[in-house]
Amino acid sequence: MVEFVLPKNSRIVTGKTWPKPEGARNLRTFKIYRWNPDDGENPRVDTYFVDMDTCGPMVLDALIKIKNEIDPTLTFRRSCREGICGSCAMNIDGINTLACIYGMDEIKGDVKIYPLPHMEVVKDLIPDLTHFYAQHASVMPWLETATSRPEHEWRQSIEDRRKLDGLYECVMCASCSTSCPSYWWNGDRYLGPAALLHAYRWIIDSRDEATGERLDDLEDPFKLYRCHTIMNCAKTCPKGLNPAKAIAEIKKMMVERMV
Amino acid sequence: MAYLTARKRAAGLGSAKDGTHHFWEMKVSSAGLLLLVPLFVFTVGPMLGQPHDAVIAHFARPFPAIVTGLTLAVGLMHFKNGAQVMIEDYAGGIARKALIIGVTCLCYAMAATGLFAIARIAL
Repeated sequence: MVEFVLPKNSRIVTGKTWPKPEGARNLRTFKIYRWNPDDGENPRVDTYFVDMDTCGPMVLDALIKIKNEIDPTLTFRRSCREGICGSCAMNIDGINTLACIYGMDEIKGDVKIYPLPHMEVVKDLIPDLTHFYAQHASVMPWLETATSRPEHEWRQSIEDRRKLDGLYECVMCASCSTSCPSYWWNGDRYLGPAALLHAYRWIIDSRDEATGERLDDLEDPFKLYRCHTIMNCAKTCPKGLNPAKAIAEIKKMMVERMV
Repeated sequence: MAYLTARKRAAGLGSAKDGTHHFWEMKVSSAGLLLLVPLFVFTVGPMLGQPHDAVIAHFARPFPAIVTGLTLAVGLMHFKNGAQVMIEDYAGGIARKALIIGVTCLCYAMAATGLFAIARIAL
């Protein structure tokens, strides 16, 4: 349900300003959301200064530099540093994206970094994605077949394989779902763009034999029809995918089997 | 606090197996209004500022009366469905159900009143 005001203990206060590195001439200011569940304090925004002459070009490079050289308590997820694992998704300069492939040259002024919006925070820049992953699992993101397993592989034509392009590349970073107002207000029931994109990826797979069951499971005013084609998902996707189009295709299939 | 697994929370009460009819109804009424609204504007527009007798005589003719009646009925049914979506978006629990019932009753009452008025003028 919609909420317009943050609870008292979630309101952000001004945090600590860390000292500037000595001798640095090319400084960049970073304002980073901090929250520690163990200290009982409200979230705060800390200010850091990074010497850009000794820092890599991506936002993740700066975060790692801050953690290594300024404040080792700063907490964030990261792994592959090349946009494949989806771990370092966060809100940078107002956009949900992957810190590892978002260049600092794309940002004007101070670099403002927050966790993915409207998710419970575990610590600092780490959102709790438990429900998000469970929603993904609920769409059965695997091949479902009734036919006995073939001796060799399940065959697929080049044309049918091509239908999966723009779908299979999703790395489940949650940038799209957490940018969607419908997911903010009804994320407990609405599956969100990422899970629905994955659902469509299996619905459209020529080898899958559970198309009807998959559509049955999605036919719901909340699971599917909360999507109002706001398009934030397509705008923010760091991989350039279009979950809104996948959702529209599911809706077309729903109508197709009814009318 | 309830010890529910994440998967059980995500599954909730399962699929309602409903929603496509509502979605399709909205699309059909949108297409209908795309035709009806310009017709309504061109039919009723010239009557603006005309004397009372002329307006009554105009709406007593079948075409303006039918166009007005259809625009009213289709428009209000479209509004009812659209408002329900908005309520589902922003309200929860008992407020959601009460608001949907309220808006539905209001739309049917407005449609009935409008159609009665047109019928009274036209017949």
